[in-house]
Amino acid sequence: MSLKTTPEWEPVIGLEVHTELKTETKLFCGCRNAFGDEPNTNICPVCLGLPGSLPVLNLKAVEFAMRVGLALGCDIKPSIFHRKNYFYPDMPKDYQTTQYDEPINVNGCLLLADGSRVGIVRAHMEEDTGKTTHVGGGGRIHDADYALVDYNRAGVPLVEIVSAPDIRSATQARLYVSELRAILVASGASDGRMEEGSLRVDANVSLRAAGTETFGTRCEIKNLNSLRSLSRAIEYEIVRQTEILDAGDQVVQQTRHWDEEAGRTVGLRSKEEAFDYRYFPEPDLVPVVPDFAWQHAVGAELGPMPAERRERLIALFDGEEVPSARIEQINTVVEHGLDPLVTYAAEGDVPPALALARTANEAASDLEGARTVDKDSYTALLRLENDGTLTSKQSREVLAELLRRGGDPREIARRMGFETLGTDSTAKAVAEVIEANLSEWARYLEGDDKLSGFFTGQVMKATRGKANGKAVVAELQRLRAQKGID
Amino acid sequence: MTAQEAPALSLASDVRGGKVSAAEVTERHLALIGSYEGSLGAFVSVLEDEARKEAAEVDRKVAAGEDPGPLAGVPIAVKDNLCTRGIPTTCSSRILAQWRPPYDATVVTRIREAGAVVVGKSNLDEFAMGSSTENSAFGPSKNPYDTGRVPGGSSGGSAVAVASGMTPIALGSETGGSIRQPAALCGIVGMKPTYGTVSRYGLVAFASSLDQIGPLAQSVADAATLYDVIAGHDPLDSTSLDRPSPRTAAGLGEGVGKVRVGVIKELIEGVDDAVVARVREAAEELQRAGAGVDEVSVPELGYGLPAYYLLASAEASSNLARYDGVRYGLRIDAPNAEAMNSATRATGFGAEVKRRIMLGTYALSAGYYDAYYGQAQRVRTLIIRAFARAYERFDVLVGATSPGTAFPLGSKVDDPLSMYLSDVCTAPSNLAGHPALSVPFGTDELGLPVGVQVLAPALEEGIMFRVGAAIEAAAPQLPAPRVGAREDLRT
Repeated sequence: MSLKTTPEWEPVIGLEVHTELKTETKLFCGCRNAFGDEPNTNICPVCLGLPGSLPVLNLKAVEFAMRVGLALGCDIKPSIFHRKNYFYPDMPKDYQTTQYDEPINVNGCLLLADGSRVGIVRAHMEEDTGKTTHVGGGGRIHDADYALVDYNRAGVPLVEIVSAPDIRSATQARLYVSELRAILVASGASDGRMEEGSLRVDANVSLRAAGTETFGTRCEIKNLNSLRSLSRAIEYEIVRQTEILDAGDQVVQQTRHWDEEAGRTVGLRSKEEAFDYRYFPEPDLVPVVPDFAWQHAVGAELGPMPAERRERLIALFDGEEVPSARIEQINTVVEHGLDPLVTYAAEGDVPPALALARTANEAASDLEGARTVDKDSYTALLRLENDGTLTSKQSREVLAELLRRGGDPREIARRMGFETLGTDSTAKAVAEVIEANLSEWARYLEGDDKLSGFFTGQVMKATRGKANGKAVVAELQRLRAQKGID
Repeated sequence: MTAQEAPALSLASDVRGGKVSAAEVTERHLALIGSYEGSLGAFVSVLEDEARKEAAEVDRKVAAGEDPGPLAGVPIAVKDNLCTRGIPTTCSSRILAQWRPPYDATVVTRIREAGAVVVGKSNLDEFAMGSSTENSAFGPSKNPYDTGRVPGGSSGGSAVAVASGMTPIALGSETGGSIRQPAALCGIVGMKPTYGTVSRYGLVAFASSLDQIGPLAQSVADAATLYDVIAGHDPLDSTSLDRPSPRTAAGLGEGVGKVRVGVIKELIEGVDDAVVARVREAAEELQRAGAGVDEVSVPELGYGLPAYYLLASAEASSNLARYDGVRYGLRIDAPNAEAMNSATRATGFGAEVKRRIMLGTYALSAGYYDAYYGQAQRVRTLIIRAFARAYERFDVLVGATSPGTAFPLGSKVDDPLSMYLSDVCTAPSNLAGHPALSVPFGTDELGLPVGVQVLAPALEEGIMFRVGAAIEAAAPQLPAPRVGAREDLRT
């Protein structure tokens, strides 16, 4: 019996991400681009592919595609459309109009939060298909009684972003998609909603012996509808291919479907059965050649991208070591586009740690409110918390209300009954406690600072916790100083 | 302009001047269709009610003192691959036999705005694939000069309608000669415009990079007028050129003095003797009228036909994919979508359409793409360059439109290659995207009409029509067709 040694296998992963562009209208006609409308209400001769109809390119979609490209650091190229020919009932023309070997965006890259870099091969424009629902029988494609097709989605503009095979783990793949999603949202081109299908991911996975350069045989995994299924599917596939290779067998190049319930990938079709799409240049459209002025105008409208925005938040801490919990907060804030709130508050004399914590924890849990809240009110509230006017508990309650309905934070605090904790009422409560504990007060005046805690506790008790500890201590010190002068 | 010189313009002038009503003109032509359609088969559908309504609208405008347009009250036949809202648009195919488009083609809107009255949808080879109109699912159209012969194709119905006088003008479409060749075989004028000057919106696609809509008429002046009406930028067609509408009809009388005419050797080689003789006579007439005439060889044109059949079939295989039984048209039910799709297409398409879909699918297949489609595209570039070289020395080029005159029905249906050769003189213009015109000039020994072709560089329709008008003016009087009413109309 011979000793069999198997090499360490290194995963090589490339991702293809489709994202819907949030233009008002479709890619080649004036129909509304909207999710969730009544089936077959946003359709016309063009997106239904009626005989004689012709496509006209939506320039807004080109602009959004350029935004994606520029946000990913791509070069923008003169490009053309091709026809990808195959029969499918939800594809009105039975070909998809897509960019092929001359795409609009090439050669970009993505810097991930863990410091790694993933190349972007291309980010090209194409049209979406309609949506088929299988009805009756087993409800699946092979055993349904009939199928219904909704063409509202047919012709919706997509950008397909193809990464280089630079990804090495499921975790990194997940990081890549989160980062890409944040960039797409930041660029204003897409809303990045995976659950609505406006972001769809296919993963190409292969293994090679660690230390070697040549790629192994890959499988393409489809139906990855969430970040969770993306990493589960990749992990499953790595194990599956490892077992095949360890057994001395060959991986078969094929398209595989991720079965979320079963937690495994299932082979769909192999390379031999692969479609021949018979690509050829789309004769109904002319080349897309964005001139430099247009490219420049689109670039000028783009704000800073997430990586740069994370750096800016880290810079608020003046070079001190930023703990990982705080990095998490920074990632959350940037992912949701709330970093302007943090920097604005920090510029308004709120300590960055406080601004970051409130934004990552409280503001991020009410995104709707956080995106519309008045930045001055937000900053004013955090200042009230910082200077001790409000306790952190009170501040969070006021913040929730501020995010929900807006308004002046002092006014909200007053309405909530936190007003009694202003300077006057604190002084009144302190005075009453002193009156009731005169001997302790005398010892405090003589310099026994330990009694500061006693008085604070008494005041807290008397106000049922509504007083601000710092304010109580300040009042005690003020009174002692006054006594000294007398 | 007399009725002899320009029947459509003359009719429009009479309608505008109140000499005759559009309603009377329409009734007269509907009656002619009633008399001759049975033996000619020019129409897929005759639109009596719609035509009467449109004529009434023209008469209302005349009565109200509004401008009824340059084609006021002129009956027109529209090829049945041009979409007409609510009216069947069949492409002479079983697969679209019941289909009614929810919209009008841009050219249909334009001719209606110009006052023309659409009296019928004319017959064609299925999806415009053919050169004889025998590939129609609804039966062939017949040549008015000899009903035992083909009218040419694919716009055969339009050519027959005009040649027989059932309508003075018609719209056709070209991919490789489908207007000019039937015009030549039926003794009328047919013209293919520069690619991009006439909107293709609403033209059911055969081969998108080659398709153009154009006029068929009894005279050059009528053809130029119809071209001026349908040409012009359309934002619904991305390949439509953004330039002002042409005014070619106004310049027809300027003559051909100093115009340099090249007779293309390759477009008179291998064609029937009678056709060569007529082309040479036409060239002599041009010289007599003041043009400079010389012979020129453009050998690259020899590669045009095979390149054309590869490119046109490749694009057709993709354009015709949408007839899958899912959304409109014929559906043959089957247990699953794939089987339904196959059954529908097997039943709905005729033999020639299937042949071209297969040819085109093959030409685009992985591993063959470069040898077929890629090579054909290179030939296309070569032909454009060859034309450019010829146009350094000549303003226009002339040659035969068709290698022969009208051939007997059924004589080529079983021999596709010989049928394909019908396009040998016309396809190069489609590949180059250039305009070209066929003008009748005499007959062969059987009395069948011969067409002389005038080719021009892109966007030079003006000079092309002028040369065409000079050939028309010098042409011997053509005998009246055996079936039809052209002489009746001229009295």
